[in-house]
Amino acid sequence: MTTTTTDAASAATETAKAGMPQLDLSTFPNQIFWLIVTLAVIYIVLSRVALPRIGGTLANRKGTISADLAAAEELKQKAVAAEAAYNEALASARVEAGKIVAAAKADIQADLNKAIASADAEIAAKSAESVKRIEEIKLGAVAAVESVAKDTAGALIAALGGTADEKAISAAVAARLKG
Amino acid sequence: MAETAHGEEAGGLVFHPLDQFMVKPLFGDGPIEWYTITNVTLWMALAAAVIVLVFAIGSRGRALVPSRIQSVGELAYGFVHSMIEDVTGHDGVKYFPIIMTLFLFILSANLLGLLPMSFTPTSHIAVSAVLGFGVFFFVTLLGLYKHGLQFLGMFWMADAPLVLRPIIAIIEVISYFVRPVSHSIRLAGNIMAGHAVIKVFAGFAAIAAISPVSVMAIVAIYGLEVLVAFIQAYVFTILTCVYLKDALHPGH
Repeated sequence: MTTTTTDAASAATETAKAGMPQLDLSTFPNQIFWLIVTLAVIYIVLSRVALPRIGGTLANRKGTISADLAAAEELKQKAVAAEAAYNEALASARVEAGKIVAAAKADIQADLNKAIASADAEIAAKSAESVKRIEEIKLGAVAAVESVAKDTAGALIAALGGTADEKAISAAVAARLKG
Repeated sequence: MAETAHGEEAGGLVFHPLDQFMVKPLFGDGPIEWYTITNVTLWMALAAAVIVLVFAIGSRGRALVPSRIQSVGELAYGFVHSMIEDVTGHDGVKYFPIIMTLFLFILSANLLGLLPMSFTPTSHIAVSAVLGFGVFFFVTLLGLYKHGLQFLGMFWMADAPLVLRPIIAIIEVISYFVRPVSHSIRLAGNIMAGHAVIKVFAGFAAIAAISPVSVMAIVAIYGLEVLVAFIQAYVFTILTCVYLKDALHPGH
């Protein structure tokens, strides 16, 4: 910094001979005239054209940004509402589906019960019939055994040389069958 | 020519740091009348052209997402606008175009003056005095117009002890009238000093042994001068706002 000051000092002594152009009064009217012209031009351009336009642009931007923010907020609210509606719909659909499943289960159960009942009834009828048939077959077989035994006994007696007493044979066979 | 004579005198070292401030006619070599087109005219016109380019043409798009030039204009607009609002309050915004004109003229003249071989109108006391006294007369007349003779009550401190009041009033009046002088000398002095120092270092660059140091010093001071160009425009503008506030609200 000290060099700067000495330089400035030497510069000052140097220019003392020439004089500062800033203090040359003969150039003042020229400078002042052109300064006023320049300032007038700048003032007119700024106040008539540039500043209203920039101010308008800034206000416009502010308005757009706040409008966009409001719109974004609104869309967010809508999205939240839509999500709530979706969840509600999902829940009600679940309930509905549960109801449908229960109804279907009940229907199937009823059908099943009916089918089981009819099948049981059929089975019971069929087994009753079968029992009857077995009974009949049993009775038939006993009768057949009796007649075969009587015939066999008569033939045996005849072969042994005796005379067959019809009544005695029947009584003997009956007694044997019981025992 | 005077320049060559100086150069020979110094024996190879060319020191005339104030030649850059000389007002010269652009065409011919005649006397400088008030209407002569000089380098003052040229550089003031360039300053005005830069302002028109950035603020009028750059803002033409009115784009919601600004282009670079439009963005510069909007930044300067917001900067000065909020400065006026902060300092003078809401009723000062009416004078926004005037203050913006001052700020932009000083700023662009300062910055254009930093171009090599350029001329800096704001380094001239004639220019800065017109600006400073213009502001002074404007705010004084505005204060008298708005508040009448009550405006003079600004100098009469009602909350000071009665004995001190006349003394304070005298000091206040003196400081009020010194304002335009300090306002204008500050601008011209700062700009002139910086440019002269750069020129002096440039003169030293002719000596091979110290030219690296000299060039480094020029770079450093150039950076400082860019800062000064902004700061002086800012200082001039904010002081204008402060004076305007005194005119609009003289009751402190």
